[in-house]
Amino acid sequence: MLAVRDLAATRGGLRLIEGVSFDLLPGQALVLRGPNGIGKTTLLRTIAGLQPAAAGTVDLPPEGLAYAGHADGLKATLTVTENLTFWARIFGQSDIGNALEAMDLVQLADRPAQNLSAGQKRRLGLARLLVTGRRLWLLDEPTVSLDRASVALFATAVRAHLAAGGAALMATHIDLGLDDAGTLDLTPFRARFPAAGQGDGFDEAFA
Amino acid sequence: MLALLLRDLRLATRAGGGFGLSLAFFLIVTVLVPFGVGPEGGTLAKIAPGILWVGALLACLLSLDRIFALDREDGSLDLLATAPIPMEGAVAVKALAHWLTTGLPLTLAAPVLGVLLNLPLPAFQPLLLSLLIGTPALSMIGTFGAALTVGLKRGGLLLSLLVLPLYIPTLIYGAEAARRGGEGLATATPLLMMAGITLGTIAILPFAAAAAIRVNLR
Repeated sequence: MLAVRDLAATRGGLRLIEGVSFDLLPGQALVLRGPNGIGKTTLLRTIAGLQPAAAGTVDLPPEGLAYAGHADGLKATLTVTENLTFWARIFGQSDIGNALEAMDLVQLADRPAQNLSAGQKRRLGLARLLVTGRRLWLLDEPTVSLDRASVALFATAVRAHLAAGGAALMATHIDLGLDDAGTLDLTPFRARFPAAGQGDGFDEAFA
Repeated sequence: MLALLLRDLRLATRAGGGFGLSLAFFLIVTVLVPFGVGPEGGTLAKIAPGILWVGALLACLLSLDRIFALDREDGSLDLLATAPIPMEGAVAVKALAHWLTTGLPLTLAAPVLGVLLNLPLPAFQPLLLSLLIGTPALSMIGTFGAALTVGLKRGGLLLSLLVLPLYIPTLIYGAEAARRGGEGLATATPLLMMAGITLGTIAILPFAAAAAIRVNLR
């Protein structure tokens, strides 16, 4: 489903990590680990296509991924239902009932997003993944500001997603209790010469 | 795409969305002018087309930095970039939403404000037409400017500096059409020139703006 070969990712013109290779098959989850600043977010954004890879290739089916970053993409003045319905329609889906139920948001459905707590907003942000209908999830610190019960709720949703043939690549420091999730420590892939990335020329300066 | 348009329209009309802000600004600017230059009918009638056009242009400028900055702040822009709709389409839809919430209300309000400025009677129709044809270009050029400055914190001022010079051709033809109408001359030439500018911006700038956003997302 996802094949990453010899990938190098840069942030702010500096090469952070290089030589990252792995495969992700349907039903698999892979957890990225490593100290702060190693490049977990940068790697996820590169795989999501939000920034170009400095080297290497990313192979994934077209329109196959759903990305969830640090921000949830919520509009404060829209209600929970309106926010979720918008993203569902953008991804060509219509049913949001299951997602509301899975992330325990049914009671909050008519509440404007600005009145939600941080954890509730996060749950709504994660519910968005369920309405995309995409098979590969790229998750960047998905459990931030979630309480224990919500983490369990999210783990259940991820398990259901994997059981349905989906895959998940996530950067997280919390053990979600996924049985057969692989772990990839990014520390060995730290770029050797971070100051002089390849192609660090004229174009790079204006990129 | 339709979902994006409806969301943007809904956001604009909700509390704090900024709908009506441009309109109120337009109203205040045009009301201030007679205080500044004096209430003489002849003078006002002469400068009315230009004042109305400059007012509409500045009012349009007010809401430009909201087009992408808010989506960037809350992460929606990243998510839209990975969504199945092409960024070019998203940009065009956002420009359309901006025009519907800013350009169109300004156009409809302009004749009313024209009365306040003693706009000559034959100039009303060309003024309305020129705003109707010209304001889409203002929204599209502004969307492009907003895309260029989306990565910058407090990019609003830079946005104005970038966009205002690009508004000059539209302003010249728009005010000229209304002025000629007021003097009973043919208005077809400036209107056609302006239509050309509008169509050109709509054809080219969505691609340029989408490219700018992709660079800014890195």
